[in-house]
Amino acid sequence: MNSLSCNIAIVGGGTAGLALATELKRLGVEGVTVLERAPEAGGVPRHCGHYPFGLREFKRLFKGPDYARKLVKNARVAGVDIRTDTTVTRLHPNARLSLNTPEGDYELQAQRVVLCTGVRESSRAQRFIGGQRPMGVLATGALQSMVFLNQKRPFRRPVILGTELVSFSAIMTCRHMGMRPQAMLEANSRVTVRQIMRPFPALKGVPIRFNAQNIRIIGDKTVKAVEYGDATGQRHRIEADGVIISGQFRPESALLHASHLAVDAGTGGPSIDQYGRASDPSYFCTGNLLRPVETSSWCWHEAVETAGRIVQDLAAPIGGAESIALCAADPAIKFALPQRLVKSEAPGAMKQMQLRLAQPASGYLSAISGGQTLWGDFIESRPERRILAPLSPLLKPTLTAPVEMRFLGR
Amino acid sequence: MPALPDSSEIFDVVIIGAGVVGCAMARRFALDGARVLVLEKAAEVLDGASKANSAILHTGFDAPPGSVEQKCIADGYREYLEIRESLGLPLLKTGAMVLAWDEAQLAQLLVLVAKAHKNGVADVAMLTRAEILVQEPHLSESVKGGFVVPGEYLIDPWASAHAYILQAMANGAELRRNCEVLSGRFDGVWRLNTSQGAVRAKQVINCAGLYGDVIDQRLLGSSDFKIKPRKGQFVVFDKPASKLARAVILPVPTKTTKGVVIFRTIFGNIAVGPTAEEQESRTDASTEAETLKELRRKGIEMLPGLADYEVTTTYAGLRPATEHHDYQISQRAAQNYITVGGIRSTGLSAALGVARHVAGLNARAGFSGKPLKKPVCPAPDRLSNYHPRDWESAGHGGIICHCELVTKREILAALNGPMPPTTLQGLKRRTRVCMGRCQGFYCTGPLATLTQGRLDPAIGEPDE
Repeated sequence: MNSLSCNIAIVGGGTAGLALATELKRLGVEGVTVLERAPEAGGVPRHCGHYPFGLREFKRLFKGPDYARKLVKNARVAGVDIRTDTTVTRLHPNARLSLNTPEGDYELQAQRVVLCTGVRESSRAQRFIGGQRPMGVLATGALQSMVFLNQKRPFRRPVILGTELVSFSAIMTCRHMGMRPQAMLEANSRVTVRQIMRPFPALKGVPIRFNAQNIRIIGDKTVKAVEYGDATGQRHRIEADGVIISGQFRPESALLHASHLAVDAGTGGPSIDQYGRASDPSYFCTGNLLRPVETSSWCWHEAVETAGRIVQDLAAPIGGAESIALCAADPAIKFALPQRLVKSEAPGAMKQMQLRLAQPASGYLSAISGGQTLWGDFIESRPERRILAPLSPLLKPTLTAPVEMRFLGR
Repeated sequence: MPALPDSSEIFDVVIIGAGVVGCAMARRFALDGARVLVLEKAAEVLDGASKANSAILHTGFDAPPGSVEQKCIADGYREYLEIRESLGLPLLKTGAMVLAWDEAQLAQLLVLVAKAHKNGVADVAMLTRAEILVQEPHLSESVKGGFVVPGEYLIDPWASAHAYILQAMANGAELRRNCEVLSGRFDGVWRLNTSQGAVRAKQVINCAGLYGDVIDQRLLGSSDFKIKPRKGQFVVFDKPASKLARAVILPVPTKTTKGVVIFRTIFGNIAVGPTAEEQESRTDASTEAETLKELRRKGIEMLPGLADYEVTTTYAGLRPATEHHDYQISQRAAQNYITVGGIRSTGLSAALGVARHVAGLNARAGFSGKPLKKPVCPAPDRLSNYHPRDWESAGHGGIICHCELVTKREILAALNGPMPPTTLQGLKRRTRVCMGRCQGFYCTGPLATLTQGRLDPAIGEPDE
């Protein structure tokens, strides 16, 4: 086993990992290494062959692949060591990693590790979609990788499941190679992504079927049709030769689950404090691994802020012995992030918590600790929208009970 | 276009069907010195009943004493343990527990233990509730009692069957895929009409699984049994959940089914299933959302920790049950014909024993070959999560499937091997590519490029 060392090891070379690495270099940190398991760095934007990327962070409009190239170039120019074809196989306590490369295995000891492994879409199985198991049932990500990175067309007349933002990216990806989506199926009675309520040119000719229940895939070797029930229970059949299973993102947290680090059931990602540190403080986490799902731009900014915290921590370790839990204590709330509040104050902490709902809800969203209401505001929102709430009212040294987020008078 | 096979050759044995039983049969007869031809209707081997099962090597402790099934499982179990190292096949010695969850089931345990002992599985022993919970601390405390079957193990259901057929081929057997037997007649020699032309053989062995009765009807005009396909659905959980159970968790069986089992797989997952649903279709292995959710619920009821883990995949398999309770193995000596039918859910464990049993029938009918002195052992698929994998040795060319850590070298070895996969399903069974938690989100694109021109249907067509 060969031993390596570096200062900061970043697991995942997507938007968050590359932005973080570049910012660390800009702040004067030596020995920044990005570990990317794919043959090229750039992450998910590499295969999002459409706009809009980069407007906030680079003040220019990019397509995904160009944005990914820009991120890689910036990192390289800044002096980041990007190792592709390098798979992290295990996370060990105190910032030590097991690596696998085509040439062999390594152990990497760092001062700090940052996990930036991003998100992926839920699979067919995770949604319990029944029927047969033919080929040609793909996540949007897989479709995009085929189309934009491998120049392959998996089908010609797919049905798209879901109406999230990525579902509309799927339509654009299809159009790019002459595929004609036959319909979009949505379990709810409305489109998930709000922006799409504007007239959406690519949608022309793609009908949306709402209240689609108990979807079944038909076809032995290849897809022949998709069946679903409507609100009245009547079954319908759409002839198709493929299915795109879009959205319902979840953190790519396999490494975490197999590690010593605490995982949050609500986000599916790591349990972190307001500095972005996992339960082992030598591990920081940022980007979409923290929760499903934000835009590339959001992840970029999140990562840049995380870089600042790491520099702080290297200079003067942030305390953390004493902390209280921050948790979603209401069935309507899916998660609250961060999951822990460290009592010791250090510069650069997150100013706001991020919340998402499990179901549409309205009411007085409150932060309560031991019967004491620390913060509250009237909120009316839906699961797909981000909710931000201030952290500062929660940072009282006297608190001992967990801070619970719940609706009062919902 | 390859030339049509030479129809003048007379094979010693034609085996119809390349499921696990057909593969084991081919191995047995090839090693016994016969010139063997295997005909498979599908594009791939293991495409019918052998495609999906619970991947457990059973002792046969609960098989009907005195049945052909019990004998074949016991013999198959023994031979698997004898040959697995030489074939490089993995084994995980987990043991199993049969657990009772109510008083009625509790009352049956002693009967089952007595049956196991009668079947020669002598190490089956009762456990107290406390012992069960010490050995399996993640089980629900509502368990009432049970017994242990130390000899139930996990195996790779595909690698083992692949090893059987590959060993047969390495020792002279021939495999034709996409080759359906349409009709045939016997006039001292069998002459079969197939979708790829005529074939002649001294002897025919019907291992057609879900089509066993159909083949009998096509070749003999009648069948002693009718295949009644029985579907089993499964839910597979992500690998970290496998720490929740060590042993295979079996329920108290009923007349028709072993019931819902919780089992780890040799690939590192943990799964719940199967259901037992009788149906007409011999091909439709559909899953139903409600059934899958119910399976998950049942799994969580027994093993509450499963609730915290995500589902990796779901699948269904079809078992070739018949109206009879035992296997339907019969010989028509006057026609040099043996039917191996109704090899239901225990087929994976019994396959080698079934092959032995049939070879015995054959020898008694006066057929004999010269057993090979030094049979060749082919290189196996090494896919066990609990044994060294390809990615752990240098020079693998990069990892293509990140969830299952499948390397480029492994995929190319399969594509260029002695029995190259012709479908994505076949490639998945040989390498585990696309079979992990992301179900192809990351690897489908690169895989489409790597397999271009090799699979039918292709993962994707090149964009012109």
